Amino acid sequence: MPTILIDGKPFEVPDGQNVLHVCLSLGFNLPYFCWHPALGSVGACRQCAVKQFKDEKDTKGKIVMACMTPAAPNTRISIEDPEARQFRASVIEWLMVNHPHDCPVCDEGSECHLQDMTVMTGHDYREFRFLKRTHHNQYLGPLINHEMNRCIACYRCVRFYRDYAGGRDFDVFGSHDHVYFGRHTDGVLESEFSGNLVEVCPTGVFTDKTLKQHYTRKWDLQTAPSVCVHCSVGCNTIPGERYGLLRRIRNRYHHEVNGYFLCDRGRYGYEFVNSERRVRQLLWRRKRGGPLQPAGGEEVLQHLMTLVADRSEVIGIGSPRASLEANFALRALVGPERFYQGVSTRDAQLLRSMVEILQQGPARSPSLREVGLADAVLVLGEDLTNVAPMMELALRQSVRQQPLKLAAKFKIPLWSDYPVRELIQDKKGPCYLATPAATRLNDIATKTYHAAPDDLARLGLAVAQALDDQAPPVPDLPAETLALVREIAQALKTAERPLVVSGPSCGSLALLQAAANVAWALCRAGHAGALSFTAPECNSLGLSLMGGEPLEAAANFVENGRAEVVVVLENDLFRRAEASLVKSMLDRARQVIVLEHLANATTAQADVVLPASTFAEASGTLVNNEGRAQRFYEVFLPAGEIQPSWRWLSQTAGSPLQNLDELTRAMVKALPVFKPVAEIAPLANFRIAGQKIAREPHRYSGRTAMHANISVHEPKPPPDPDSPLAYTMEGFHGVPPSPLIPRFWQPGWNSVQAVNKFQEEVAGPLKGGEPGRRLLEPPSTSAAEYFIEVPRPFQRRAGEWLVVPVYHIFGSEELSVLSPAVAELAPKPYLGMNVQDATALHLKEDDPVSLSINGETKPLPAKILAGLPPGLAGLPTGVVSLAAGLPAWGRITRGDVR
Amino acid sequence: MERPLTKDIKPDLSMLDMQEYERLGGYQALRKALREMTPKQVVDTVSHSNLRGRGGAGFDTGMKWSFVPMGPSAPHPKYLIANADEMEPGTFKDRYLLEGNPHQLIEGMLIGAYATQADIAYVFLRWAYKLAEKRINQAIGEAYAHGYLGKNILGSGWNLEMYLHVSAGRYMCGEETGLLNALEGKRATPRAKPPFPPVSGLWGKPTTVNNVETFCNIPHIVNHGPEWFRRLSRSRSGGTKLFGVSGRVKRPGLWELPLGTTIREILEEHAGGMREGYQFRAIIPGGASTEFLGPEHLDVQMDFEAVQKAGSRMGTGTMVVLDNRTCPIGMVQNLEKFFAHESCGWCTPCRDGLPWTARLLQAIEEGQGQPHDLERLARHTKLLGPGMTFCALAPGAMEPLASALKMFREDFVRHIREKHCPWRTGSGG
Repeated sequence: MPTILIDGKPFEVPDGQNVLHVCLSLGFNLPYFCWHPALGSVGACRQCAVKQFKDEKDTKGKIVMACMTPAAPNTRISIEDPEARQFRASVIEWLMVNHPHDCPVCDEGSECHLQDMTVMTGHDYREFRFLKRTHHNQYLGPLINHEMNRCIACYRCVRFYRDYAGGRDFDVFGSHDHVYFGRHTDGVLESEFSGNLVEVCPTGVFTDKTLKQHYTRKWDLQTAPSVCVHCSVGCNTIPGERYGLLRRIRNRYHHEVNGYFLCDRGRYGYEFVNSERRVRQLLWRRKRGGPLQPAGGEEVLQHLMTLVADRSEVIGIGSPRASLEANFALRALVGPERFYQGVSTRDAQLLRSMVEILQQGPARSPSLREVGLADAVLVLGEDLTNVAPMMELALRQSVRQQPLKLAAKFKIPLWSDYPVRELIQDKKGPCYLATPAATRLNDIATKTYHAAPDDLARLGLAVAQALDDQAPPVPDLPAETLALVREIAQALKTAERPLVVSGPSCGSLALLQAAANVAWALCRAGHAGALSFTAPECNSLGLSLMGGEPLEAAANFVENGRAEVVVVLENDLFRRAEASLVKSMLDRARQVIVLEHLANATTAQADVVLPASTFAEASGTLVNNEGRAQRFYEVFLPAGEIQPSWRWLSQTAGSPLQNLDELTRAMVKALPVFKPVAEIAPLANFRIAGQKIAREPHRYSGRTAMHANISVHEPKPPPDPDSPLAYTMEGFHGVPPSPLIPRFWQPGWNSVQAVNKFQEEVAGPLKGGEPGRRLLEPPSTSAAEYFIEVPRPFQRRAGEWLVVPVYHIFGSEELSVLSPAVAELAPKPYLGMNVQDATALHLKEDDPVSLSINGETKPLPAKILAGLPPGLAGLPTGVVSLAAGLPAWGRITRGDVR
Repeated sequence: MERPLTKDIKPDLSMLDMQEYERLGGYQALRKALREMTPKQVVDTVSHSNLRGRGGAGFDTGMKWSFVPMGPSAPHPKYLIANADEMEPGTFKDRYLLEGNPHQLIEGMLIGAYATQADIAYVFLRWAYKLAEKRINQAIGEAYAHGYLGKNILGSGWNLEMYLHVSAGRYMCGEETGLLNALEGKRATPRAKPPFPPVSGLWGKPTTVNNVETFCNIPHIVNHGPEWFRRLSRSRSGGTKLFGVSGRVKRPGLWELPLGTTIREILEEHAGGMREGYQFRAIIPGGASTEFLGPEHLDVQMDFEAVQKAGSRMGTGTMVVLDNRTCPIGMVQNLEKFFAHESCGWCTPCRDGLPWTARLLQAIEEGQGQPHDLERLARHTKLLGPGMTFCALAPGAMEPLASALKMFREDFVRHIREKHCPWRTGSGG
């Protein structure tokens, strides 16, 4: 640890860092723009200027940029030097030459980094007396608003979009004081990570277009720490609410998971919370065939309590998109043996297998940060961009790991972004993608292999065998596949941190087993082989850990007359299994009770619908794909009769719980696998100096006025028995324990950049450690045996196609697609085909075809799917309802040509 | 007086083709280097010649070449680039060499490439030099046809491929690292150093970039030896230099003269002195990004050290003369407008500071100046100084302005006080 002198005082600082990084880590307020903790230094904005002195005799010193100056031992710098201060104020003065002077009415105001830095440098008087330059703004799609006149040309946007996220359709154009950041022409931004521009931009050039529909200043937002529910990765988020409407989602930094970024589904999927389809009242169908109507709470609860009085007649169907606590409350209500998972047999089996593989070891599931540090990657079957988008972003960083070694050789610090990029140029570390069709990640792949799921599994199993003779051999591999297998094995075993990524997206158990064999073979040969699985939903792993039979078993149980009452938790069963099966079960049951926040096909079949809270209105725990249990908190109290499902269930059970902690305690007791959940967050009675943590900023406006149309008396803040957070602006506003951070704010730091003040070191863990606990760790010594079953090579069938699921970041996920902006980006229904297969049927793109599958026939337009092998077809999950139960064989015929 | 660089250039300015160039002794230096010298010996010879770069910065050429990693472990391909993106206002020296004798450049590059064991060479040419483009292409073609380029050059077993790249036409493309980015197809923004191009340059590989005139000296140094080259000069660093003069002189033009020739000699003997009715006021000695020198500096020798001592830089050695009938504020405004327009837009002080100075100067020139404007301009000359900006463009742009503010203070004050440009109304001078 070198010691450096800052304004005459010695400080111990981390090795190999730059002066800006260490100054911010030490808590100094040094302004900056172009530097970003995840993007490194480029020295463009010149804002972080400090004075550097050669030695104790040097009194003159020279101005240097802190971000470009190594914090080498005995570096002497001054932040307070008058010349440095004057220069920093001048930089702001220049930046403000063309920047609009409309802060009071600007929608970035109150969380604008430029505003903060302007105040910080003390520049306050405008001397420039000429005209400002102006730009045209572009239409960039439904997610991002463009306001180029605000641009201060820090280049962060283009560096994030192109260099970090691999986007191609966004760039910097023009030169001198007319540099322009945008697309070559108006159009929807292609990157799935475009929303990060909103947070990367230090001012308001790129703003959240959905927020604009219901605009609220940051200081007027009620916020709480939350976890994204739109895929399995479990990115940490900060949702913001006002007047009962969820207004937006922001990143909540998590060192091990999402870092500084989110994907666009996670950022923009929130509007389902405000959806017209929300169930806000208790609904009761007093007799079968009658209408589902609002009913009094007391009456309905009495009815429910009678129904469940005899537990033996009741089954509960849980949900992979409901919290552990909600699922456990249901399990407690109906009893463990009558608790069902609410996913299909195939999905349950795949998840069970994933959990077992990770529990048996020896391969460990890496955090998302560790995925980004992997230096050789094999992806088996997953289209990560569309299934676990942030894993795509992580893999884009992982392919840099091997080339980055070159930087060390040339003694170029990794934070010096452009010299590093110039040195490594287009070099990429090994990344092998084996997927049914081409994916967005193909552009960084060393090699791709597109085949049927069984063939993908065979490839994986063969790689395992090439790594370890003990693994089962794969017969009949074509020579070129064999060559690829050897290449992959070589790349993995010569890497320091090899990673295998797989998951259930292809519906193939063999694929999961192949992934396990590869990772295990690496571990047995002494390599740190990591194994990362994706999961279908935000709590798929949690539900699987809780156990229970799958949906088909529940249907069987009901069909056999062994249950009269079915309680469905936050689950549209029609998305899980064949419609006929679900319908028959729900018809057969005497009473169907559904806890749900959105009206759907399942609530339409219910006898009682209990209006359930969404993630934004409830607290609970989700287990992500890594096996990390994370707590999310109620952001706001919903209007109407909406309650968290677990509270409805505990009331139905007739023994209402005091708070969430009580439920968690019971869960941990009943299911020891969840023991760490008890420690993931402070208990509800946690206080700082006797105070709860305020969900509302201290500048929250309208406290006494916002309900004046109802009553001029200021209402008492509603209680929150479940968490140490309070629905008020009164309370603690400092840096709380990391699981309880409701927003990033510090005096003088109103923008997201305030996160610096919440970290132990810039870009490092949050103060007090990262929130969440891992539930899955491999045993220290693993006795796991290789999976020995090797599928036969895929054989195409005459006149039939193996229809596999195709995933879309916008469209495949149930909830996010209810956000208008996301819906706008979702694809129309289609049937994806191999180009030769389509030609053989005389089909062109968009020609009508007829698909017969699972006993149903559906007309669809044809679409050529790049990379899809002959004999396979693809259906977009969530977009075409037939997609449940894929892969399956189907018949394709030319449709009506008219 | 010897004029190695220009002696062979034909009076009618038509191109010296391969036959003519060879007849006059062309490519003998290459033969000598390949057959009799090791790469290290070539570098040493150039070092001993005290040749300093002719692009403006005056960096020691031999030293630059010695930074390139050599030997079996050196990364390949290595690159060598002739910077022919001559765009400094008032500068037209490289054009003369490129159009008149492109083979001289190619031979110099070949020797430089041999000395650094480069594999690929580029001529990075200014977009507007259409005639030079044609002639370089012809010369490169001839050099390939005669076995001077390509595989196994002159049986030495050493290979070099050479390409002409025509720039998109921005001043920043002439900055060494901006040039590298431009050549890679990226925006011509400068690069952070370290790493320096000899270590990590074009496409991350060792790269040598030298000015056209610098390369043109190399064959002569190899042919005649470093001592001969040093003797050509009247000062510490070796060789002749192309000096140019533009402005209201009798014979504006370009001459190859010993390094260290005085400004007075260049102006009076070669450029013929001022035109009738015009009086000398000042010069910018080495292109637009150098400080003004006044009449008291006429006896300063044009070499790197002496001009620096006088408070300016020799730069490219092509001087622009300011006369008494031209408004100095108008002249500086013109320069700053150029620099503001040619800023790449990467760093804040240059991108947003330069246009401000240009607009202040325009306002003063148009009679809209305010008393504080001079202080504002002076502040900018400090804030846009070396180290404050990412590259040398803005500090260079501030050199003529800083000196003008001192030298022509009365003229500035008069503009502001009288609210018009005295030269425009005929009351100047």
